[in-house]
Amino acid sequence: MSFFAGIDIGSSYTKICLIDEKKKIIAEDIVSSGISFEKTSKKILRRVFKKINGNFKINDIKVFVSTGVGRYNFPFKKITKTEISCLVKGMTYYFSGKGTIIDIGAEDVKMVQINEEGEEVDFKMNRKCAAGTGAFIEEISRKLRMPLKKLNNLAEQAKKSIEINSFCTVFAGTEIIHLIREGKDIKEIARGVFESFVNRILSMVKVEGKLFLAGGAVAHNPFLLKVFEEKTGITPLVPPNPQTLVAFGAALFALENKKKIDV
Amino acid sequence: MERYYKEIYEASQSDKEKVAWCSSVGPAEILIAAGFKVYYPENHGALIGAKKLATKYIIKANSIGYSPDICSYLTSDIGAYLMNETPLKDAYNVPSIPRPDVLVYNTNQCREVQDWFKFYGNEFKIPVVGIFSPWKIKDLKKEHVEFVSNQFKNLVKELEKITQRKFDYDYFKEVINLSRECSLLWKRFLETAQNRPSPITFFDGTIHMAPAVCLRGLKEAVDYYKLLNSEVEERIKRKEGAIDNEKIRFYWEGMPIWGRLRFLSEVFEKNNSNVVASTYCNSWVFEDLSPEEPFESMAECYLKIFINRSEEVKERILVEEIQKYKCDAIIFHDAKTCPHNTNSRFGMPERLREKYGIKTLIIYGDLNDLRCFSDEQTKTLIESFPERT
Ligand code: SF4
Repeated sequence: MSFFAGIDIGSSYTKICLIDEKKKIIAEDIVSSGISFEKTSKKILRRVFKKINGNFKINDIKVFVSTGVGRYNFPFKKITKTEISCLVKGMTYYFSGKGTIIDIGAEDVKMVQINEEGEEVDFKMNRKCAAGTGAFIEEISRKLRMPLKKLNNLAEQAKKSIEINSFCTVFAGTEIIHLIREGKDIKEIARGVFESFVNRILSMVKVEGKLFLAGGAVAHNPFLLKVFEEKTGITPLVPPNPQTLVAFGAALFALENKKKIDV
Repeated sequence: MERYYKEIYEASQSDKEKVAWCSSVGPAEILIAAGFKVYYPENHGALIGAKKLATKYIIKANSIGYSPDICSYLTSDIGAYLMNETPLKDAYNVPSIPRPDVLVYNTNQCREVQDWFKFYGNEFKIPVVGIFSPWKIKDLKKEHVEFVSNQFKNLVKELEKITQRKFDYDYFKEVINLSRECSLLWKRFLETAQNRPSPITFFDGTIHMAPAVCLRGLKEAVDYYKLLNSEVEERIKRKEGAIDNEKIRFYWEGMPIWGRLRFLSEVFEKNNSNVVASTYCNSWVFEDLSPEEPFESMAECYLKIFINRSEEVKERILVEEIQKYKCDAIIFHDAKTCPHNTNSRFGMPERLREKYGIKTLIIYGDLNDLRCFSDEQTKTLIESFPERT
């Protein structure tokens, strides 16, 4: 049996996905990226091999495709691809049709327009600012000392929301503390956090056609889907593996490249 | 360039010669003809950026009230002045910036130059003369030209007061001729990028443009471009590209990112992509200068610069340019501190895409303030393009 791997070395998390020749996912894993991309790559490999079985070795993998900011730091023989191509590859495996893909990572958000054929026609990224990225929600959850799950649950229960005006992650945190001190309803504040987050993203991109969502922030904040739907009037399509989708796309590229390179 | 900076510095030290500071698309020909050595603070700003010194100086200017959101040429330059430092020292062995006798700007590019020059006017207690240009011109009219050429004529009177000399109209015509010749040669250099593979890159252009900016109107610039063009033409004969394997051709719109020229040119080359042409380098082509109508033709040329055109005209020019240079896509540089030379903020990329099917990329950065630029994000953006085509 031949295996193909995609590794997505992101600024905060490293994700891996192993597939077989039939594109079936054999194993996936996520670890924190830490400060050494090289060490993290080795660590995630050890972990994922263990998950499959104790005898699994690096040589069992025919082709590696590495992607993400750390794509060049992956210490084994690999093909590199940008996360944008891998994202499109992964998403178009699950869904078809013209639309907008929004991938919300820990520190960036990528917005890709695809045509009917699933080809990328335009691509945007957030500017050098954490607003509209997973870091925004994480920071608020830290400030409120409230796990993401609880923040999502509270937001779900709110009938209306309190507007959070600040785009700046730090100032938004301060604004929220101020609202709590004023005795405002925490549920409405929680809803306001998600709404402000989605507004920020929708100010960066025009959603055309279908709406496809992926990324760690989507995986950990189910309430986001509801807000996206409310704001765009489109029901978002989410793959089964939103956080490892880019790694999966990379693995699909690895499989495609099996004939091109002989490892 | 070393000789140029040394000569201005020496002029600033002598009683016999006078120095004028001029905005980069200001009336340089008049200043030269009036006998001034001309210095361009924007070029100094770009040098600070290219030497990666900008952030050190920007914060100094911020501390005296010049916001981090305004032109980072201005803040870098004023900051360096406040710290009594200049990259001219290391680059050209020139001890300091030259002390000016007059400051002359033209608002055809932006209003920032006015505040920038006023700062120095106060510092040096010298006259500051502004040429006020009608903005964002759609159809250039006679009245526009008249309005500006009259200001040029008044400028001559102001300059005569400073030099205590009569303005030499014959020499002025000669300078206009030289400036035109320089423009035509510079244009020829830029147009060699129509070849496939292109023998030049936008990044080469940003280096070779210095004479077109600082020495236009002087014979040195003409000689420089004659030599440069003969070298480039040799390359074309040999079918030698500026990069090894040119597969993708980009058009650059907006300011250069001075502190990242090398980084960017390497990223493009690694991806078999060449940025072949730009609106930026084209901005110093004044081919319609005419010694028969020196003031009027100058007014026309300086009003017609790309930065001073309406959205409609800019759109048309960009479409023509992309076709002319057979580019696969256009890159917009959204420069945080220069809204005037950033053209991605009023829907232009979207219009180019939707109306003409032109592929677009936007790089967020700045001319000098590298805190607004992300290496990683930009690299991913550039690398992803060949993957999608
Ligand atoms: S055009 Fe832009 S970069 Fe040039 S001086 Fe004006 S604000 Fe600064």
